Amino acid sequence: MNFVVPDFYPAAAEIFVAVMALVIMLAAAFARGVRWLAYALAQITLIGAAFITIFVTMSGEVVHTFSGMFVGDLLGDFLKLLIYFSVAIALLYGRGYLADRKLDRPEFYLLAVLMTLGMMVMVTSNHMLTLYIGLEMMSLALYAMVAFDRDSARSTEAGMKYFVLGALASGLLLYGMSMVYGATGALDFGSIHEALYYQSANKTVLLFGLVFLMAGIAFKLGVVPFHMWVPDVYQGAPTAVTLLIATAPKLAAFAMAVRLLVFGLFELVEQWQAMLMFLAVLSIILGNLAAIAQSNIKRMLAYSGISHMGFMLLGLLAGVVDGDRHYAFGAYSSAMFYAVSYVIMSLASFGMVLLLSRAGFEAENVDDFKGLNKRSPWFAAMMMIIMFSMAGIPFFIGFFAKLAVLQSVVAAGHVWLAVLAVMMSVIGAFYYLRVVKVMYFDEPVDTAPIHAPADVRVLLSVNGLSVAALGLAPQGLMYLCGIALLASLV
Amino acid sequence: MTGMPLLSLAIWIPILGGLLVLATGSDRNAPLARILALLAALAGFLVTIPLYIGFDTSTAAMQFVELSPWIRPFNINYHLGVDGISVLFVLLNAFITFIVVIAGWEVIRDKVAQYMAAFLIMSGLMNGIFSALDGVLFYVFFEASLIPLYLAIGIWGGPNRVYAAIKFFLYTLVGSLLMLVALLYLFMQAGGSFAILDWHQLPIGMTAQTLIFFAFLAAFAVKVPMWPVHTWLPDAHVEAPTGGSVVLAAIALKLGAYGFLRFSLPIVPDAASEYAPLIIALSLIAVVYIGFVALVQTDMKKLVAYSSIAHMGFVTLGFFMFNQLGLEGALVQMISHGFVSGAMFLCIGVLYDRMHSRNIADYGGVVNKMPKFAAFFMLFSMANAGLPGTSGFVGEFMVILGAVDFNFWVAFLAATTLILGAAYTLWMYKRVMFGHVANDHVAELDDINAREFAFLALLALCVLAMGVYPFPFTEVMHASVDELLRHIAVSKL
Repeated sequence: MNFVVPDFYPAAAEIFVAVMALVIMLAAAFARGVRWLAYALAQITLIGAAFITIFVTMSGEVVHTFSGMFVGDLLGDFLKLLIYFSVAIALLYGRGYLADRKLDRPEFYLLAVLMTLGMMVMVTSNHMLTLYIGLEMMSLALYAMVAFDRDSARSTEAGMKYFVLGALASGLLLYGMSMVYGATGALDFGSIHEALYYQSANKTVLLFGLVFLMAGIAFKLGVVPFHMWVPDVYQGAPTAVTLLIATAPKLAAFAMAVRLLVFGLFELVEQWQAMLMFLAVLSIILGNLAAIAQSNIKRMLAYSGISHMGFMLLGLLAGVVDGDRHYAFGAYSSAMFYAVSYVIMSLASFGMVLLLSRAGFEAENVDDFKGLNKRSPWFAAMMMIIMFSMAGIPFFIGFFAKLAVLQSVVAAGHVWLAVLAVMMSVIGAFYYLRVVKVMYFDEPVDTAPIHAPADVRVLLSVNGLSVAALGLAPQGLMYLCGIALLASLV
Repeated sequence: MTGMPLLSLAIWIPILGGLLVLATGSDRNAPLARILALLAALAGFLVTIPLYIGFDTSTAAMQFVELSPWIRPFNINYHLGVDGISVLFVLLNAFITFIVVIAGWEVIRDKVAQYMAAFLIMSGLMNGIFSALDGVLFYVFFEASLIPLYLAIGIWGGPNRVYAAIKFFLYTLVGSLLMLVALLYLFMQAGGSFAILDWHQLPIGMTAQTLIFFAFLAAFAVKVPMWPVHTWLPDAHVEAPTGGSVVLAAIALKLGAYGFLRFSLPIVPDAASEYAPLIIALSLIAVVYIGFVALVQTDMKKLVAYSSIAHMGFVTLGFFMFNQLGLEGALVQMISHGFVSGAMFLCIGVLYDRMHSRNIADYGGVVNKMPKFAAFFMLFSMANAGLPGTSGFVGEFMVILGAVDFNFWVAFLAATTLILGAAYTLWMYKRVMFGHVANDHVAELDDINAREFAFLALLALCVLAMGVYPFPFTEVMHASVDELLRHIAVSKL
């Protein structure tokens, strides 16, 4: 038996992040006194990984390594860059919040880096096992972070809930993978695709497997009926962690869906499109309706996130119509554009919640935004932009994300789905408008000045303005999503 | 004049001006904010004048066209242009914005910069709606214009302003989102083009035409507003600050009617003629029933709001009879209503600023204290009632003539507006202005100052000029209206 040394080169970024995780661990053990060290190291890790991804590994070609378990392609590179970016911003927004609550222990940043590593493995996986390992790495780090505030009953409860349900979902996913393996005899996506293409697989077992895989994906995306954890975890977790959960993992889950469904099981597209339609419709309806009743803004954003993920799925399910794959590429890139836009908006929205929080005070009720226009017209305007963008009102990026997805849905001939989606958007507009209403039309209850470090203020402003600027010129981001997919799908 | 991107200037000068005004910040800089706003509004108005002077009345083609790609993956273009139907609205809008800025000069003391900015930005967005020739560009402006108006009603409005603002926003959103689906469908049918002018030539089957027609109807009927989806308007009007009411009545209501002309009629002509009786019926209900509703109002703003609905019923009636007189009459009526309803709300604003009441019962004998104001208010009331010699008469008369041509009974019902309109407007005028001085508050009223005199006189001039010599207005429309009627007559099936 001869042992071939794999090509490590395409995985340079992952290796770098893994090594840096160990460095942070050492720093956590031996340099506890230096409070800023872990944070700084985490940011250096993310920036370094971004450099490696851009200048070392990005080639525009599809490269397989580690016996076909790892794939380096533009889709992975692009999503990884977005993940570094959103984790870095989330850590920056959350730093003050964590410090106020004495939660800024080095382990937090260690977990954040491990979570990032897990997501990187997910988006570059070309094999069921690497996908699963990446997923678990991300999830375990998140479970711990949700329960990080160990003296808070709500935080530990949320961590427990997340863990139990997450473990169940992982189990389902694993079960589904084993069935797919049983039917096709392969675990890497290329071989699965080939086996299906030559129709050598047992369809019944395969479909069973698909259902379980879908359950796993749905759980990670947080769509109905696997959404139960979302509001509780969002609310219970420290807001800085909520911010982390609500952003980058959505990109990783999107990558997981695309890798599994499009790269692996594309021959079953008719079946999984039908399942996605079920998930998407339920999520859009339930997410929007339930969000109306929330007075806690974290819960409200959780339900709104459920509906957004449902909307994103609309793009994925509009790829193939009656065997015609003509629109598939446009539909998937619209879904990706939607996911990216959602992450940008979500970062800013939770960033605003963090901005208003301070030591001993959680700005987690919608009412805490009352009269923000009097306290700080600038940040009220930022929040307004974000809310209108989430509601899908132009000129903001949220509108163009919705437009792109709706366009694919209409192109696929599902006009009724588009009508349903827009009607639910009206319901969605109501609760976003309510936030604008309390900020602009009500008198402030809380008159404390907003104290936040300059870097958070500047970055949050840039974040808010980018939602508006990308709305005026969404073309570049649309192109990037399209190119990344196109170069990887070939 | 072809060198300058006039339409872009008309859109972006007010918007950028508005952002600049916002930058002045808190109310300490209110005087600066006011002056900047006035300059921006004036500049915005001045750039629209060459649009009228340079307008070629002999052609129905789009003029002052600007075309550059905006979002290539979806073939969305920044495509602007005006024809005889839209050019007047751009002018009207810029003019009304100028008036609104003057009208809010001293009255608004709270968050001055935000107030002025909201109206300037809204003005730019509305110019965008009237000049967009790309479906998505139109939609983007159409939706975005909700935001400043929502804020204007909610921040500076009356006691029930939150309810009114949210109702206004959601009502209009429902309709326009359905329109978005229709736009996307047309995009697919047209082989990936969002150009409205391409859609005009696109053959569409009857079922699809019907669905598209109703999707457009949902968007535009709410905006017009037509009976029975008009209920947001009285609320929004009553709660809005004076400037908000003026912009709503003078410009925002025209957006829906304009949408019918730019989208419904030319894109789905067969469905439009199929369902014309429905629209005519709804319009007549608006004219007659809403006329009676206006009669019993005790709140002046509500009364004028209902009268606006009735007048807009006249406009949709004129559109869907598909004849030259009806269409041109409706367009004249729209412009005239822009002046008259704007002026009516300004007059009520003048009273409200002094008395802080809109109740008719709180007034009486105002003429004794405010003779100059009474003269202006009289003129606008007469115009609202459709007195010959004022702009209100020209449009109504043309539509009624068109209706006689179309069907006698339609004309008969439409003509009741002349009676009803006179009844509710003049009766209100009588109760507010004439009689003895009703109470001590009225006794303390001061007559209008120079600023108020200026904007009322400007509007009075427009109302009279248009009433006596409407030719400069109708001349612009002729070619485009002719072309539109020719276009509708050809089936697209």
